[in-house]
Amino acid sequence: MTVTHVTDQSTTERPGLIDARPVRHPWRWVAVAVILVMIAMIISSFLTNDRWDFSLAGQIMIQQPVIDGLLKGTILGTVGSMVIGVVLGIVIAVMRISSNPVLRGVSFVYTWFFRAIPRYVLLVIIGSGIGYLYNTLDIGVPFGQQIASLLGLSSDLTIGSLNVNGITGSIVGGIIGLGLSEAAYMAEIARSGILSVDPGQREAAQALGMSNGKLMRRIVLPQAMRVIVPPTGNETIAMVKDTSLLIAIPVIAELNYQTGAIANRIFKIMPGLVASTAWYLIICSILMVGQFYLERYFGRGFGQQRPKTRRFARPAGAGGA
Amino acid sequence: MTETTPSTSARPRAGSEQPLVRALNVMKSFHGNEVLKGIDLEVHRGEVVCLLGPSGSGKTTFLRCINQLESIDGGRIWVDGDLVGYRAEGEHLHHLTDKQVAAQRRNIGMVFQRFNLFPHKTAIENVMEAPVQVKGVDKKAARQHAEELLAQVGLADKAAAYPGALSGGQQQRVAIARALAMDPKLMLFDEPTSALDPELVGEVLRVMRDLASAGMTMIVVTHEMGFAREVADHVVFMDAGVVCEQGAPKDVIGNPQQDRTRSFLRRMRSEHDEARADAAGT
Ligand SMILES: Nc1ncnc2c1ncn2[C@@H]1O[C@H](COP(=O)(O)OP(=O)(O)OP(=O)(O)O)[C@@H](O)[C@H]1O
Ligand SMILES: [Mg+2]
Repeated sequence: MTVTHVTDQSTTERPGLIDARPVRHPWRWVAVAVILVMIAMIISSFLTNDRWDFSLAGQIMIQQPVIDGLLKGTILGTVGSMVIGVVLGIVIAVMRISSNPVLRGVSFVYTWFFRAIPRYVLLVIIGSGIGYLYNTLDIGVPFGQQIASLLGLSSDLTIGSLNVNGITGSIVGGIIGLGLSEAAYMAEIARSGILSVDPGQREAAQALGMSNGKLMRRIVLPQAMRVIVPPTGNETIAMVKDTSLLIAIPVIAELNYQTGAIANRIFKIMPGLVASTAWYLIICSILMVGQFYLERYFGRGFGQQRPKTRRFARPAGAGGA
Repeated sequence: MTETTPSTSARPRAGSEQPLVRALNVMKSFHGNEVLKGIDLEVHRGEVVCLLGPSGSGKTTFLRCINQLESIDGGRIWVDGDLVGYRAEGEHLHHLTDKQVAAQRRNIGMVFQRFNLFPHKTAIENVMEAPVQVKGVDKKAARQHAEELLAQVGLADKAAAYPGALSGGQQQRVAIARALAMDPKLMLFDEPTSALDPELVGEVLRVMRDLASAGMTMIVVTHEMGFAREVADHVVFMDAGVVCEQGAPKDVIGNPQQDRTRSFLRRMRSEHDEARADAAGT
C-alpha cells in the first residue's frame, strides 16, 4: 500500500493510518540546557568548596548520640504523636458531625484552640508550665480534696499520685503535645474524608441493620481513608521535621539537636546541618514509599472503570418517569 | 419526644392472617412540605405490591419510612406485628434506641435505585458483610451462603469482582443478593432498574420475578408496567402523598377508575414507546 496524504475533503480515497509529525518544542531544550548548567555548577561547588565537608557530615550522621536522637526522639516522636493525632483526630471529626450539640461544640472548641496555638509555645507550656502548675497528679474522686474537707474526712479520697514533671518534661510530654496539636489538623482532614463518602453508603449499611459504630468503622472510614491518606502523608512528613521542636520541652535526645551539638563542639556548623538534613531526607523518602502502598490499599475497588449509568437522569427528570 | 396514641385499638388484631406490613395514616413532611398525607397500606405475606406514581408523589419517602431511613410524623407502621420505630408503653409512645432500630431493620431488605454497593469490598464481601458483622455468622458459613446467593442471581463467577468492575445490572443483582443474605421477611425495591441501560433491565427483573415466585414479600416502586402487570398481586397508585387508587393490576393498570391514574398511565405508555423506538433506532 502506498502512503498517501489525504487532506482534501473532496477526495474519494479513504484515509489510512495517521503518521503526523510531532510539534517541536525548542524552548524545552533551552530550559534543559540551563538546568543542566546549574546542576553542574552546584555539583562542582560541592566538590571544590571543602567547607561543605561531606565526609565529616557523613561521620556525624552515624555518631551514637545522633542515631539515638534519631530513633528515640525523631522517629519515636513522629510515630507517637501521629498515632495520637490520627486516632484523636478521627474521634474529634466524628464528634464534629454528630447530632449531639455538646459533642459538636467540644470538637469545635478543641480544633479552634489547638490550631491557633503554635507548637513551640504548646511544647514550652507542657514542658515547663504544667509541671509548675500541677506538681503532682492525684488520682481519685473528682474534687476529692474539697469533698473530704467539706465532710471533715481524714482521707482526701486520693488513690495514688503521679509525678507530673517526670512525664511532661520527657519525650512523653513532647509526644502528647505534638499529638494534641496534630489531632486538630487531622480532625479537619478526617472530616473532609468522611463527608466525601456517598451518603448512600451509610444508608445501605443502616438498611442492613448495622449499628452506627460498625458502619463508621467498616463502611464509611475505610472509604474516607482514600481521601484521608494523602494529606495525612503530608502531615506525617511535616511532623518528622516538627520533632525538632522537642527541644522546647526540653528533650535533647532528638536528631537536629544532637547533630548541632556535635557540630558546635568541633566548630563545623555546616556539616552538622548537612547531617541532619540528610537524615530528614532519608526518613521522608521512606515515608513516601509507605504512603504509596497505603494509598494503593485504600484505593482498592476504585481503580477500575466505573460502569456507565446513563439512564440515571431520566426517572427524576422526565415527569412521571 | 413522646406522643399520645389516639387509641390502643388502632393496633392490628392478630387475626387468622395478620398482614406483614400495615401502614395506617402515615404522614411525613420535610420542612413543612407535606410529602405523605396519610398513607394506608396492607401487605400480606408472600404478596408483591407495586407502588406506581408520578415523580415526587412520595413513593421513595414511603419506602424509606418502612425501614426507618426516614422517621414518620404521624400515623403508624407495623411490620410483622411490631410497631416500627416506637414502643408503646401505656398511653405514650417512646422512641426506640438506635440498637432497637437496627434490630428492626434486619428483617427488611432494601434495594436502592443506585445500588449503593460497598465499593471497597468485592461482590462476595458485600454479600457476607452484614451476616458476619451484624448477625455474627461464622465467616465460612457466611461465605458459603453468599456463594449460593450469588449463584441464585446468576453471578457465581463474579464473586471476586469489585463493584466498579461490574455492569449496572450485575451490581444491582449483587445488591439484591446482599439484602437477601440477612434472610429478610420483607424486601423493599426503590426503582431498582431505573438507573440501568435498557438492555440490562431484564436481568434484574428476572431475579425479582424468581424471588416473587419463591414467595418473598416485596414492595416494589417501579415504572416497569410489564413487571407490575405480571408479577404484582396488588398495585398501588400514589399521587401527591396519598393513595389514589389500588387493587389488582388488571384493574388499576388495565382499567383505571381515577383520572389521575389514567393520565399517568397514558404518559408512561407513550414514554415507554419512545424508549422502545430509541432502542430500536440505535
Ligand atoms: N430529604 C428530603 N428533604 C427534603 N425534601 C425531600 C427529601 N426527600 C424527599 N423530599 C421531597 O419529597 C417529595 C417526594 O419525594 P420522593 O422521593 O418520595 O418521590 P418519588 O415518588 O420517589 O419520586 P421519583 O419517582 O422521582 O423517585 C419530593 O417533592 C421531594 O422533593
Ligand atoms: Mg423515588
